[in-house]
Amino acid sequence: MPINESDIVKIAQLAHLEISRREVQLFAPQIAEIVTYVEQLNEIDTSNILPALGGLTPEGERTDSTRADVVAPSLGQEVALEEAPDPAAGHFRVPKVL
Amino acid sequence: MINCETIDQIHRHISQGATSVRSVVETAVTAAEELNGSLNAFLKIDRQGALARAAEIETQGTEGAALAGIPIAIKDNICVRGLQTSCGSRILGDYHPPYNATVVDRLLAAGAVIIGKTNCDEFAMGSSNENSAFGTVKNPWDTARVPGGSSGGSAAAVAAGIVPVALGSDTGGSVRQPASLCGVVGLKPTYGRNSRYGLVAFASSLDQVGVFGRSVGDVARVLGVIAGRDSHDATTAEVPVPDYAAGLNAVVKDLRIGFPRALFGEGLDAEVRAAVEATVQVYRDLGAEIVEVDLPHARYAIAVYYIIATAEASSNLARFDGVRYGFRAKEANELRSMYRRSREEGFGPEVKRRIMLGTYVLSAGYYEAYYHKAQQVRTLLRNDFRRAFEACDAISLRRRQLPLS
Repeated sequence: MPINESDIVKIAQLAHLEISRREVQLFAPQIAEIVTYVEQLNEIDTSNILPALGGLTPEGERTDSTRADVVAPSLGQEVALEEAPDPAAGHFRVPKVL
Repeated sequence: MINCETIDQIHRHISQGATSVRSVVETAVTAAEELNGSLNAFLKIDRQGALARAAEIETQGTEGAALAGIPIAIKDNICVRGLQTSCGSRILGDYHPPYNATVVDRLLAAGAVIIGKTNCDEFAMGSSNENSAFGTVKNPWDTARVPGGSSGGSAAAVAAGIVPVALGSDTGGSVRQPASLCGVVGLKPTYGRNSRYGLVAFASSLDQVGVFGRSVGDVARVLGVIAGRDSHDATTAEVPVPDYAAGLNAVVKDLRIGFPRALFGEGLDAEVRAAVEATVQVYRDLGAEIVEVDLPHARYAIAVYYIIATAEASSNLARFDGVRYGFRAKEANELRSMYRRSREEGFGPEVKRRIMLGTYVLSAGYYEAYYHKAQQVRTLLRNDFRRAFEACDAISLRRRQLPLS
């Protein structure tokens, strides 16, 4: 079932994008075309094939990535807030939630 | 003045007193500044920082360190403390990260001098550099042409002789393709070979930091510096880092080079075919054995990439919401609307398209059909390569079906 404009509106909502009417009209056929293209994967029988759950090589899979749970220095409040669009009293201030 | 010397040549001239670290760095910075009007390869040129660092290295002495005094350019999606990291996007704009990427720390520890941040497709999504929010990079060989992408600025900076080496990132060809289009060496290391800590994430199961250079030797040297396990990136593999440069003069004779004939069939431009065949012939003349290999699922790779890369991007790019850093839309007086407007105004069209495609393939009811399926085909692709590498030591491929236009 090809993707239509109302699907695009719904996807944009899920993706937190307030896209314009013009963008809906632009993106709908483009995304529909890509989805049709990727559906060629259905030609392949993948029953009993395990999914590749990442990009790791066998050496990477064998690497133990655990470490001791020791507190280490981190950025700290002041530095972490330096790039904030609206810092206030040591916090990230945002518009009202309700 | 443009510098086309290798790292070894630069080091020799410094140690002979024919030049100085300051002069090498200043030449690079000046070239970057003078050429940026026509190439747009750099989003930030750090003259002051680079010269201060050159002075520091001259005081310390340059003996021993692998990259002592060597000017290097860094793609603008890799964090360098205090320098902007925009990812070619308005949503990060002049974001200045408070920390260095691990690969950057390692370059600095080896004595490298960062001269600036290079332009790229927004969040590394694109293959021509036309998706940068800050203008397209031009190909130094012909400024009417694109340099490729997404690491086009780094490729152009190396090809133009501004720096001998530069870092890029490669998710689906973003180092290899611009290297090919700019006529330089580009290396996408094996996944897990080096750390992505401080590389702004696009598709986490694919992203790797890669290296550009004008010679294989220079690229080998930089890889030796940046490679290895990092506790900040759990995907880095515990594999010793060999002396890559030591293998440069190894004999090609009896090397088995795989040639997947099926990928050189229909749609391949005659000029590209001739170039590939000439290259294969060079190896044959050097005594290498050319072995036919079969990669039956290779033709599905792009479809798999579209699903996996966009799905992971939609998740990774969810962090850009106008709260902690980067761009926040004005006038939004309610939280949800602030998220939506900041993302709408901050992201360019290609990024929005990929976020939406990724959101779709991960959405309820579609996950199995798309993402899970793509990961299964990824297993088949991986098996193809494993099988091929039983019969050969390396595989010869082409970056593009068509020549650069």
